Amino acid sequence: MAAAAISATPSTVKNSFYACNNHAPFLSSCRPRLSFHHRLSSSPLTLPSLSAPKYSPIHRHCAASASSKVDASIANFHGPCYVLGDNIDTDQIIPAEYLTLVPSKPDEYEKLGSYAFIGLPSAAYSTPFIASGATKTGFPIIIAGANFGCGSSREHAPVALGAAGSRAVIAESYARIFFRNSVATGEIYPVECERVGLWKECTTGDIVTVELGENRLINHTTGKEYKLKPIGDAGPVIEAGGIFAYARKTGVVDLFVSLTDCTLSVENMIWQVKPVWYLLSKKTLGKPLTAFWEQKIHLDILLRYLKHHDNEFAVAEVFS
Amino acid sequence: MASLLNASSSAIFGAKKELCVAPCSSMAHRSRRHASNKVLAVMAPAQSPRTPSASGSVKHAMTMTEKILARASEKSHLEPGENVWVNVDVLMTHDVCGPGTIGIFKKEFGQNAQVWDREKIVIIPDHYIFTSDERANRNVDILRDFCLEQNIKYFYDIIDLSNFKANPDYKGVCHIALAQEGHCRPGEVLLGTDSHTCNAGAFGQFATGIGNTDAGFVMGTGKLLLKVPPTLRFVLDGEMPNYLLAKDLILQIIGEITVAGATYKSMEFVGSTIQGLNMEERMTLCNMVVEAGGKNGVVPADEVTFKYLEDKTSKNFEPVYSDDNARFIQEYRIDVSKLEPLVAKPHSPDNRALARECKDVKIDRVYIGSCTGGKTEDFLAAAKVFLASGKRVKVPTFLVPATQKVWMDIYSLPVPGSGGKTCSQIFEEAGCDTPASPSCGACLGGPRDTYARMNDPQVCVSTTNRNFPGRMGHKEGQIYLASPYTAAASALSGYVTDPRDFLM
Repeated sequence: MAAAAISATPSTVKNSFYACNNHAPFLSSCRPRLSFHHRLSSSPLTLPSLSAPKYSPIHRHCAASASSKVDASIANFHGPCYVLGDNIDTDQIIPAEYLTLVPSKPDEYEKLGSYAFIGLPSAAYSTPFIASGATKTGFPIIIAGANFGCGSSREHAPVALGAAGSRAVIAESYARIFFRNSVATGEIYPVECERVGLWKECTTGDIVTVELGENRLINHTTGKEYKLKPIGDAGPVIEAGGIFAYARKTGVVDLFVSLTDCTLSVENMIWQVKPVWYLLSKKTLGKPLTAFWEQKIHLDILLRYLKHHDNEFAVAEVFS
Repeated sequence: MASLLNASSSAIFGAKKELCVAPCSSMAHRSRRHASNKVLAVMAPAQSPRTPSASGSVKHAMTMTEKILARASEKSHLEPGENVWVNVDVLMTHDVCGPGTIGIFKKEFGQNAQVWDREKIVIIPDHYIFTSDERANRNVDILRDFCLEQNIKYFYDIIDLSNFKANPDYKGVCHIALAQEGHCRPGEVLLGTDSHTCNAGAFGQFATGIGNTDAGFVMGTGKLLLKVPPTLRFVLDGEMPNYLLAKDLILQIIGEITVAGATYKSMEFVGSTIQGLNMEERMTLCNMVVEAGGKNGVVPADEVTFKYLEDKTSKNFEPVYSDDNARFIQEYRIDVSKLEPLVAKPHSPDNRALARECKDVKIDRVYIGSCTGGKTEDFLAAAKVFLASGKRVKVPTFLVPATQKVWMDIYSLPVPGSGGKTCSQIFEEAGCDTPASPSCGACLGGPRDTYARMNDPQVCVSTTNRNFPGRMGHKEGQIYLASPYTAAASALSGYVTDPRDFLM
């Protein structure tokens, strides 16, 4: 069956999407979310079901623009700091015995928070990070030395800190996996400070302010100010609530789409469409029908097709 | 012997040397050096990196790691610092991080989403298995439900916790299971929700640990955005003394460059010594790359690799090798014949010391196990020391084979020079504990009822990979990381002991 030429412009596509999407944007300043979960069954006449995407509530504001600058007015943290030395490893942040808690389960997420830093030796760290009987920390800011978060790859570590209520770590340097996990989850800002030995000039309980937009740490108790390294590209990702949320918000990813095994016949060309998820950016949408050699483009054609013809004929062409 | 020791000790405690690290503008995270004396004598001065004009390097000269990532991202050429979308060949997860990864996958891609490739995900329960902890047991159930739903091809399930042998699919420690089941192949990209995923670099592939969120993303798309790391090259030459193992080599290196010395970098191991190592020893070496902060470790694939893989995989693979004029940000040369058995003292893997200088440290227990030190070769090594001694251990000595295969080897392989005895017989005669059910065990403490967990503030010599406070359970526990030779020797004397006391 011949396929109709796809002539819709991306903006038309966007609007039809938005109309289908029951999900209102979180904040009016955000761009509309275009992600949806679209499943094609193998039977010819089954219509794709547009289920509402499932999101966890985003606790933080989303930035007003998609620029890579952190919005200074919202990225300020203030309060008592908790001070640690070098090489604080993930076993001290969240000991292994608590890793039976699954961070993606809300109640266990909260429990993880209540155990943050419980692995610290009490001799060296006499002030508990979380007061006895409490489940959240009174320390929104953590100040540490070099190589913070070394050791295991457990994502439970930045999760525990975020769930406990901390907003930022100011450290001389980070271990790779911890840094990456902090950004991916959006749980806590891993900020670097310029000054070596900064942690030695601070004491647990000092009242500090972190101004991310100004790259500045102010210790009100000692009266000292310190320069921070810019959080850079990681900032907006954490601000958005992690990589998935960021990808959707900025339109880097418009769709996560899953398809069952099916064969698409368009203009007598038959493509086997494998059951995969594709990231489609706005750039791949709009490619002409003739550019169909790469599977990614196949899907692109298919999806644009479906967006326009989801009640029609085109769906009937998809058969197993 | 004395003169050799004198010569090396005067060189060992020489002045500290500033290593020049090439400025790498894309490196946001520089390693931090401890200001203390470093053992440098056995390593030739680090070479400063060649500039392109000086070496006339070919524009496309790449290191192994760069080549693997280039191929995986379908690019002809890559430079360190580039962020690229990489196609993943294998994704591994286990019972601790699997449920969280699955949760993220379902939340982000939909409750009815399908994984990107049911044959490229390997799910291996191994961390908290033989425990009555309900949540731990539930986590294995979560894995099973997901594998059934997704028709995951490789799920090494366990159902009967009272008898590991009653579970034909169960393997044990994920990194060793990956190797033994043929999932590690030269030139490929393997990601796992565990920091010791770098273990697989022994096969000449790019293997590194990632968190749940990244893994959830890979589960759905089969890709991940990775930054190309620059490479540190370690050239190890010289004949391996019969009292040294790969564990000593990596402890030497970590002690040299510190726990942050390889942060965001790749560690490449080459040289005649490396070529002489078997696959399990190469794994031990790459396993602890993360302890130096390393992103991944690699050993070039060779006949040893291909022989190991012969009966394990029928998949085609294409090894890659660093170009002759590839650029390394640092090169270290090590004369292995000059090294001595080492330990990492509490509480850091880079707190290096000579085993013989810790001989006054009284110990309470010895632990031989984990992906780092619980493989067949590790147990054969320990058995060798017990055999040479003929005596019984003076402290409780816990043996935790990494996988079912290792357990079977312990009970079936003859130990050279023993007149046909198996490791298990030698261990029994030496008074060690009976080899336990294969799993990660007490390497990371785990639930309270984990076998050999350190629940009191004791001193332990262990063949595992980390000794930060509380690592094996008790916060005041003191862990000395060591090779299986050193661990066995220490068990026999009740003190931290250089294995030469028994092997020479």
